[in-house]
Amino acid sequence: MDARSSVAPPRTGKTLHRFANPGQFLRTSGKVLPWLFWVGALLTVAGVIWGLFFAPDDWQQGDTVRIMYVHVPFAWLASAGYFSLAACCFVSLVWRHPLADLAAAEIGPVGAGFTAICLATGSLWGKPTWGTWWVWDARLTSVLVLFLLYLGHIALVRAFDDPTRGYRAGAILALVGVINLPIIKFSVDWWNTLHQPASIGLMGAPTIASSMLWPLLFSAFGFTLLFIAITIARTRAAVMERRIRSLLMARASSPGGEEIPL
Amino acid sequence: MTHLPYIVAAYVLAVGMPVVLSVEVLFRVRSARRRLQAIDTRRDRG
Repeated sequence: MDARSSVAPPRTGKTLHRFANPGQFLRTSGKVLPWLFWVGALLTVAGVIWGLFFAPDDWQQGDTVRIMYVHVPFAWLASAGYFSLAACCFVSLVWRHPLADLAAAEIGPVGAGFTAICLATGSLWGKPTWGTWWVWDARLTSVLVLFLLYLGHIALVRAFDDPTRGYRAGAILALVGVINLPIIKFSVDWWNTLHQPASIGLMGAPTIASSMLWPLLFSAFGFTLLFIAITIARTRAAVMERRIRSLLMARASSPGGEEIPL
Repeated sequence: MTHLPYIVAAYVLAVGMPVVLSVEVLFRVRSARRRLQAIDTRRDRG
């Protein structure tokens, strides 16, 4: 018997709960995951090489503009990752979706890592461009708050002996922290910041040259697919680890149950 | 390239993070799969 067949049978009914079934999740994600990972890796490599070696220098920033091809995707994913974390927490709180708890707990460390890289690459761009590693600018500060929210969620989820209580507490923090996302997005419009306003928006044409836009889009799409693939893979691992824990507990509590050395 | 160290450091961090996370999750999934198989094997024997 393998990991997939050892989980509970699929529950029929509402769509959301059908996909909540761990066995269904393992089967579906097992098929999708290699595609997500390898397409993401290829796009990332293409975007990174394009941005590093073939995209033109900026007339104002010079060659430091190349940092944009990695900094901007990480900045987008820091916010998008937190939104997906909050969405999982919402689903967990409202529908008690068992996979949503696990997914939220696994998005947290990945999102925190991506936010840390966003801050670090921003500093590496700021030093030669602004002459300083850090300023208490509204955009930079709100992204730092986002990083702290990720860390807070990770800490809360792991702070309780009963995982369910940790998931609940983490979910409440994550939902309260959503207020920070519009602050990050509009901080460059609401306040007079050193950070430049957005060059790419959903509502209008981008204000950067297409020779810079395409490598940025390749890089952003590639890193996004990698983010999704890593999160799904971590959630798969979490599902299997939970199954292991429940099997060991069942074995330990059964009369005459022997301990399984692992 | 006049700011090469900054650019290289940014790219190393940006590419390194997904690589580290991917390798970590690969080992984690393998370990979980091995442990599940060990439990299932013992359960089948028992």
